Amino acid sequence: MSLLSPVIAVVLTAVVGAALFAALGKDPLSALQVFFLEPFHGTRALTELALKSTPLILIALGLALCYRSNVWNIGAEGQFLMGAIGGGGLALWVTTEAIPMSPWAFFPLVIVAGALAGAAWAGVVALLRDRFNANEILTSLMLVYVANYFLSWLVFGPWKDPDGFNFPQTVSFASQTELPRVIRGMRLHWGSAVALLAAGGMWLFLFRTFAGIQLQVGGPAPAAARYAGFSSHAAIWTTLLTSGALAGVAGAFEVAGPMGQLTPHVSTGYGFTAIIVAFVGRLHPLGCILGSGVLSMFLIGGELAQSRIGLPSALSGVFQGVLLLSLLACDTLIHYRPRWSGTR
Amino acid sequence: MTAPRLQLEQISKRFAAVVANDQVSLSVQPGEIHSILGENGAGKSTLMKIIYGALRPDAGRILWNGEPAQIRSPQEARALGIAMVFQHFSLFDTLSVAENVWLGMSSSISLQQVKDGIRSKTAEYGLELEPERVVHTLSVGERQRVEIVRALLAEPRLLILDEPTSVLTPQAVEKLFVTLRQLAATGCSILYISHKLDEIRALCHQCTVLRGGRVTGSCDPTVESNASLSRLMIGAEPPRLVHREATPGQLALRVNALSLEKLDRFGTDLHEVSLDLREGEVVGIAGVSGNGQQQLLAAISGEDPRAPDAAIELFGQPIGRLRAGARRKLGLHFIPEERLGRGAVPTLSLAHNMLLTRNESLRFLGWIDRQALKHQTASIIERFKVKSGGPGAVARSLSGGNLQKYIVGREIDAVPKVLVVAQPTWGVDVGAAAQIRAELLALRDAGTALLVVSEELEELFEMTDRLHVMARGRLSPSIGTSAATVELIGEWMSGLWPTGPEDGPGASIGEFP
Amino acid sequence: MNDLALLVAATLAAGTPLALAGMGLLVNERAGVLNLGAEGLMLVAAVAGFATGFTTGSELLALIAGAAAGAIGAAIYGWLVIWLNTNQYATGLAVSLFGSGFSAFVGIGFVGKKLEENPVTGVPLLRDLPVLGVALFRQHWTIYGAVALAGGVAWFLYRTRGGLILRSIGESPSAAHALGYPVRRIRLVAVVVGGALCGLAGAYLSVIYTPLWVEGMVAGRGWIALALTTFATWRPARMLFGAYLFGGVTMLQLYLQAAGVQVPPEFMSMLPYLATVLVLVIISRNPLWIRLNMPASLGKTFFPGS
Repeated sequence: MSLLSPVIAVVLTAVVGAALFAALGKDPLSALQVFFLEPFHGTRALTELALKSTPLILIALGLALCYRSNVWNIGAEGQFLMGAIGGGGLALWVTTEAIPMSPWAFFPLVIVAGALAGAAWAGVVALLRDRFNANEILTSLMLVYVANYFLSWLVFGPWKDPDGFNFPQTVSFASQTELPRVIRGMRLHWGSAVALLAAGGMWLFLFRTFAGIQLQVGGPAPAAARYAGFSSHAAIWTTLLTSGALAGVAGAFEVAGPMGQLTPHVSTGYGFTAIIVAFVGRLHPLGCILGSGVLSMFLIGGELAQSRIGLPSALSGVFQGVLLLSLLACDTLIHYRPRWSGTR
Repeated sequence: MTAPRLQLEQISKRFAAVVANDQVSLSVQPGEIHSILGENGAGKSTLMKIIYGALRPDAGRILWNGEPAQIRSPQEARALGIAMVFQHFSLFDTLSVAENVWLGMSSSISLQQVKDGIRSKTAEYGLELEPERVVHTLSVGERQRVEIVRALLAEPRLLILDEPTSVLTPQAVEKLFVTLRQLAATGCSILYISHKLDEIRALCHQCTVLRGGRVTGSCDPTVESNASLSRLMIGAEPPRLVHREATPGQLALRVNALSLEKLDRFGTDLHEVSLDLREGEVVGIAGVSGNGQQQLLAAISGEDPRAPDAAIELFGQPIGRLRAGARRKLGLHFIPEERLGRGAVPTLSLAHNMLLTRNESLRFLGWIDRQALKHQTASIIERFKVKSGGPGAVARSLSGGNLQKYIVGREIDAVPKVLVVAQPTWGVDVGAAAQIRAELLALRDAGTALLVVSEELEELFEMTDRLHVMARGRLSPSIGTSAATVELIGEWMSGLWPTGPEDGPGASIGEFP
Repeated sequence: MNDLALLVAATLAAGTPLALAGMGLLVNERAGVLNLGAEGLMLVAAVAGFATGFTTGSELLALIAGAAAGAIGAAIYGWLVIWLNTNQYATGLAVSLFGSGFSAFVGIGFVGKKLEENPVTGVPLLRDLPVLGVALFRQHWTIYGAVALAGGVAWFLYRTRGGLILRSIGESPSAAHALGYPVRRIRLVAVVVGGALCGLAGAYLSVIYTPLWVEGMVAGRGWIALALTTFATWRPARMLFGAYLFGGVTMLQLYLQAAGVQVPPEFMSMLPYLATVLVLVIISRNPLWIRLNMPASLGKTFFPGS
């Protein structure tokens, strides 16, 4: 039942998409093909899909945890950026100091750097919520802007590549900081496996441990959490630090993986797209994997649509919004029909 | 002969799974006080909502003064001259009395006229109510008065009251009855919904009894006995509870002059509350709700850990600042009055809801042993006859009564040293209520100390060994239940109890130094 | 002295979109509905206003188009949360995400275009006052409109029966329903009014304030306006004060830069966002104070009947 509405929502989004293509004077069928089939065509396309999914899975896992316990962290984008800065900073240091090490030794280090930076940024939100009762929706979002400006300052200022013709970017990182690739010649890196492991771990945590259950009580029923004696402070800190760390790791993977340097354009809105992934995935770890597949399909489809048929890539943003809106509407229409017929 | 004021013919209403009203017919004469008697869930509230236009019947017909009437909304009901006083008040806490009344009236009159109207109505009926007061500063009884005055100002031809006395002291009930008789004498009909037999016999001229949504009888309550009414209402005489003498053991829970400021704007401050509870006894706290019971329970359960450490002691250990979980480890369990959202998480399964208060199925690092958890849940479902889809059913899929049985079962099954219970039988049917009371008493006989907070005086008289009364955030001294009377407890409910020796020389009369 | 007057004038111009959007959000929050989609509505309205202004050349039509776009978006949002009972947080986020995607998509053709600037007339006579004229009376008429709006909203909320009904629905929708008020319809009206004002604010940004269309140009003002409702404890006068306080913070960065204060511009640009966080921290420290003023049903789904 709960799997039905994401499917309907994707179909609805495709219908809206087709109407939009037709309105733009493009052949709806071939345009839909670019969006829905091309991203799955061939090994390279599939690895690219998995590559795009990796940050989305990682971030969405953390957000699912937050939303399940009613902590509305919508600033994952900022935590992602700080993770990118943490991971990028580490890579930059290894590069400039020319430290000899194998990529496999750097791999765990960059995870730690990203996780710490992301968790610290989310920790600010947790502190403000826990200590001062400040609404985490607004603070986490405000900190996205702050993180963005901080990143700009770094790449325009102290971290700028001195030989980069004044472009706002760091030097290209040394080869030892490159994430190990899964298949030679493809960009897909072993960070994807980390994302899948994280999903499995999150599933065990949420449904098989007492701590996981505890966190899910405070969300729908804060009075029950007080009654049981579960700490709301612990819930705020655990969920925010975990989701911040996961988003941070995603950011670190992005710079050490496909980017290879730090620029102001590390993120194409992964932190916001992951919100949709979490909802499409029913706030379930395994659902997040599927949801990230759908959303990265839209992201890649948007890029393809631009290069192949000259449609603006902003289309994927429209699709994301339509997808989430129709998902929410479908949910109600499917689940609450009985309640409807009972009342006026 | 004039036409009846209101006539219902074969009214039926069903919700998704239940038939709330099944071919209900009744008729009310002008000036008649007509009671609708029935247990919780018998369909009384649904029927009243239909008359008031808040719900539409699926079948049947309503006659008003002999004419067929379509009542599609509360506005239309009011236009006909039907007014209603709700069980859960439809008042706005942050607005003044006059604004609240104004919202319930047509827009053609000004706020000033409403204030004048309130003053003249309250004078006419001898009620006290200040139009400028903000509602959240009023007591529960005063709030009901706002509803009644709002209804009276509409000059109703039919007034519906839904369980109006559940929030009143026995003395205030008497006052309300005076008002209602006065109103009926002017020709206004009154529909009086209740499950309290004594009140119906004292007040009403006619009585229609509902059971399971159907009319099971119609009678003149003044010539009936409690037993005969009860037979109509539940189909049998209420089961008698065997209450043996208590044998109190050592001191289990002590509350020491606890004073606590309210946590939110609609709460009550606690003043110098003191209480002793021994093993093997049941102590009751009576009182109109909203007099600080909630705050006291939260302070004892640990949901509100702001009390000074020493103000609450469990077997001599100060626990005032411990959270609920820590107190539970020491043997103090609590059954809250809200079942969904406090006693259980609506979206979690019954099995996972066990983990709120029980940890027998937890292994190393909080790993959940699912087999053990399932067995534990299933055994409670079986023992307490909880109708559900099994341990995997989510809490919100259960009816209120069954969820209550599950929660009470979960806590009784833990065999706590001290069990604090709020409203143990709210919303459960008579059979289940009897089982819950019997299980609680069995727990007492096994040595548990029980503290029961309830609004139902009968229940307290039946179950407890000693009684306290709570009024305006203060707790009365205790009195042996066998020595207490309804009149005495009623007096105490308005805060009038003999004060202790600390209140000056007057209290120590008879003791010459 | 004249510098200060210019700073005040700039502050008023910068604070006006916050005041307009904030006032709209205040109205719909008073009815118990939280609209996290404000940012998205403002973006859609900004592009709608700019497009209309660009094609028709009429500033008034552009503002109307913006308000209409905001109202339509809010109506969709309202239908979802009020009739389909979807979660207000999630749905609001969805509207924000949709708005940023949709506006970027529609706005592509307008990037780099410029509107004809209409000379601002200000208030006749008063505009020629020394200092005060520069500071207060040479503004676009929408700014005086925003101040009048605050007065109007305050009058409506506290002096009319309609306002009383709106407040009572925000306080307890179930009680209002029991009295026979059409809770859902009134809430929808409040949400649409809120959306229209957010839309007006968005169009003000792209048509009068900059006047340009740039992707993501609302730059968090929708979120800041949401924060301001809490800051204002849901009172119109305080909302106005808060909006212009924030306008001042935005302007302060430019002023400091002009004054030669040596701080990297990126840190200056962080100021409004950091100020928002700071304000939230200060105002939220006492939860009792917030709870005392917050519409009791804010953000909660209301199911009539049963």
